[in-house]
Amino acid sequence: MKALSVRRSVPRFGAARVVSSISQRSATRVGPLTFGEIEEPTQPGPGWERIDTSLSGICGSDLALAEGRASAYFEDWVSFPFVPGHEIVGTRGDGQRVVIEPVLGHSARGAVPPSPEAAPGDGDDYRHLVTGPLEPGIQTGFCNSTGGGWAPWFWAHESQIHAIPDSLSDEAAVLVEPLAGGVHAAFSVRDALRRGDLLNRGPVVIGVLGAGTMGLATVAALRAHVPEADVIVGARYPHQFAIARALGAVEVVRSTDLAAAIRRRTGAHVIGRHLSSGAHCLVDAVGSSESISASVSMTRPRGRVVLLGMPADVSLDLTPLWHRETELRGCYTYGTETLDDGSTARTFDLAIELAQTTGAERLVSATYPLERHVDALAHAAEAGRRGAVKIAFDLRRGN
Amino acid sequence: MPRPGFVLDVDRSTPPMLFWHGERFSLERLPADRSRVIYPAEPLPGLIDPDAAIRQALLQPLDMEPLPSLLHAGMRLTICFDDASLSLPKMRRPDSRQRIIETVLDMAAEAGVDDVHIIAALGLHRRMHDYELRHVLGDRIFDAFHPSGALYQHDAEDHANLVVLGETDHGEVLEINRRVAESDLVVYANVNQVAMDGGWKSLVTGVASYRCLSHHHNPESLQNTRSLMDRHHSALHHSIWRMGAVLRDNGPKVFQIESTINNDAFPSPFNFLSKREWEWTGRDRATFLATSKALDRTPRRLARRIFHSIEAPYAMTSVQAGFTETVHERTLEHVHAQHIVPVEGQTDILTMGIPFISPYNPESIMNPILVMCMGLGYLFNMYRGRPLVREGGVVIMTHPTTKEFHPVHHPSYIDFFDEVLADTTDPAEMSQRWERKYAEDEWYRHLYRTGNAYHGVHPFYAWYWGAHGQQWAGRVIIVGGDPATVRRLGFTPASTMDDAFELASEVVGRSPTITHLHVPSVLVADVH
Repeated sequence: MKALSVRRSVPRFGAARVVSSISQRSATRVGPLTFGEIEEPTQPGPGWERIDTSLSGICGSDLALAEGRASAYFEDWVSFPFVPGHEIVGTRGDGQRVVIEPVLGHSARGAVPPSPEAAPGDGDDYRHLVTGPLEPGIQTGFCNSTGGGWAPWFWAHESQIHAIPDSLSDEAAVLVEPLAGGVHAAFSVRDALRRGDLLNRGPVVIGVLGAGTMGLATVAALRAHVPEADVIVGARYPHQFAIARALGAVEVVRSTDLAAAIRRRTGAHVIGRHLSSGAHCLVDAVGSSESISASVSMTRPRGRVVLLGMPADVSLDLTPLWHRETELRGCYTYGTETLDDGSTARTFDLAIELAQTTGAERLVSATYPLERHVDALAHAAEAGRRGAVKIAFDLRRGN
Repeated sequence: MPRPGFVLDVDRSTPPMLFWHGERFSLERLPADRSRVIYPAEPLPGLIDPDAAIRQALLQPLDMEPLPSLLHAGMRLTICFDDASLSLPKMRRPDSRQRIIETVLDMAAEAGVDDVHIIAALGLHRRMHDYELRHVLGDRIFDAFHPSGALYQHDAEDHANLVVLGETDHGEVLEINRRVAESDLVVYANVNQVAMDGGWKSLVTGVASYRCLSHHHNPESLQNTRSLMDRHHSALHHSIWRMGAVLRDNGPKVFQIESTINNDAFPSPFNFLSKREWEWTGRDRATFLATSKALDRTPRRLARRIFHSIEAPYAMTSVQAGFTETVHERTLEHVHAQHIVPVEGQTDILTMGIPFISPYNPESIMNPILVMCMGLGYLFNMYRGRPLVREGGVVIMTHPTTKEFHPVHHPSYIDFFDEVLADTTDPAEMSQRWERKYAEDEWYRHLYRTGNAYHGVHPFYAWYWGAHGQQWAGRVIIVGGDPATVRRLGFTPASTMDDAFELASEVVGRSPTITHLHVPSVLVADVH
């Protein structure tokens, strides 16, 4: 079948990295991503089903790969060549529409889960990601054995498959995966607030820095799961302002003005480049040196910064983190969330609910066939500037 | 003999008119046969010997005993003076306040008074920088009083040092500086540049608290202040005068010294600014062209520094001392002699160039809120009788109006622009929804008390200052302003004056009458 795939090629990664600063299109052309016939993956084993791709989104981590900017950390956690694409809505052989929870967890790899009800992302030992019957790979879309969403079909384990209702459009469903990331971030925030006993002690202020797909998903998730909080968003482009407000942000300002907005709302002082206090929690949906530094400076001492945007090499002065005893918490994908009553829920199930209630399809700005991947990736890389949020590949019949 | 102010009817031979455009200028041609230009009077002659005049005023005061007879050893003497908001531009040294206070101090020394405090009556304005204090008061006073802490600035948030002196029959609480309240004698040294200032306003606003000021610095008062330059028709001044009566009856003895200055605002390189355009000589035209072209090429920050370094050659035209109310009436006569220009009837469109400076940005940036305050607050209010523009008419200003703020002087202005103006431009609504939050913000309070920031509530007051003009005008257009910033103010942006007239025609028709308020130099139109 014809698909997009990524091959291990140091020269191509290097070329893409150099060229990406000039032209995203050129970076895609010279980079490690290629479109053409690939060897079809074989069924990894029992419990695996073929899923025909309907829509598959382009994520920031995909762009980082195409542009050769991905962290070297992942080299040992992926297997080449692989078909990217982990934001996927597709169909089973029986026509059932499904979304894929892409993490290749214990069950998918034949390992013993940390608990019988564990979600693929749960657990405190990642050895299963590189062992067992599958080639290494943290997720579908990064594993040679399974294929990925940027192909007409791929293999998914039953533990990854979530049926979706007919009322949920493909366009909304393709947002379930990023929404799940936002839900996970929201529960990380809620966990910090619960732990600090802050939920019933006056106004809670949460900052969200960045209003791309992940930032907006977080805003929607915070509105749903931390309704007590005043969510203030730092955005960059006009359409992001409008969508963030529509999703429930009480205030949307330019990213550079987020500290001022948080200061106003919390009554903090400004000491040099830092707030004396700040937001109770801040979700950094950008993941750059600047955004992480800014997030720490805007979060009150002993508050939590949730690092949702995937960082690579960053340079930070950690003195503020040390002095303010800020908790810098990574937020990777999803798993099982603990609700206020002690019960648990799968993040992905909560995200499916959220996709239904939040009008997620409005975030899909354009779709492309695989053949136009250069245009698609360029559009995704310039999404903000071009008034877009999510760009996806459309592999439905006739596209 | 200086020529009085007058009204020029524009015809086809009238040259283009000079407009301020922030730190730059523009020349705009006004439509012939339906435009007029109001020019201020030429500068009145200054006093030949200001120091002698001051001494005489202190020895022969109005409705009070001579100052020396009020001074005695062992007394508590407090001298208050106007802050850096006066004069504009700053006066060439020696400043009138220096002359006055030095004379007062000489008399106090002769009487053996040694408990003397000198207080900058800055109200909720920013604290003056030391170099500004030195400029206003002179080296002798600064060096003698500042190191010992006897020269300092009023702190409206130092609640331990505020005292309630009483309440007016309107329920207005007079709360002022404790040192002032508990002095045996308070001497106030004023520089009166416009009719709005002086009188009871000097002390009742200059050394008061937010609680006290909020009784008259509010949308209702300012919307009913018709105008700021006519205290007898000003709700703001009525309230202040009521408080003045409380101060008179319950407070310390006040010896008010008011001085007036002429219209000579710019030194010789800028002569063309105060000349009438058709009287420009070849040299004036060349200077204007050279200045204008140079400014067009000068980074705004540098241009700002150049303008704020200007020292005005103002001359003192009068000085009077004694009982506040009597003194102020005499002051107003002198102020009006310089400023009043009789004008027949109102106009459909009022045009004005907004300069680089207002009372709230000495040594600082004319931010968008101050553009509104200067245009609709100060310049719109330069009238007696009726506003120059008819109700529902159009006000056209020229100013770059960029979203630029001085972070040290105007921190709460930044938030006001981003937060409050994003919510509402209505003074009453913002007063209800936002004012208290800003007034009580601990950070703003901290910066006001320890830095050089205007009080947190000050952008509200600047906005309220324009409340009457905002309510009166059918549309406000800013020519050459940043469109997004202008819209945030609730105004309409225009690229050129012709575009502005076109936009105005939607409100006032296609052949409106136009009046241009020619600034600089202060004038007050006496509109019949």
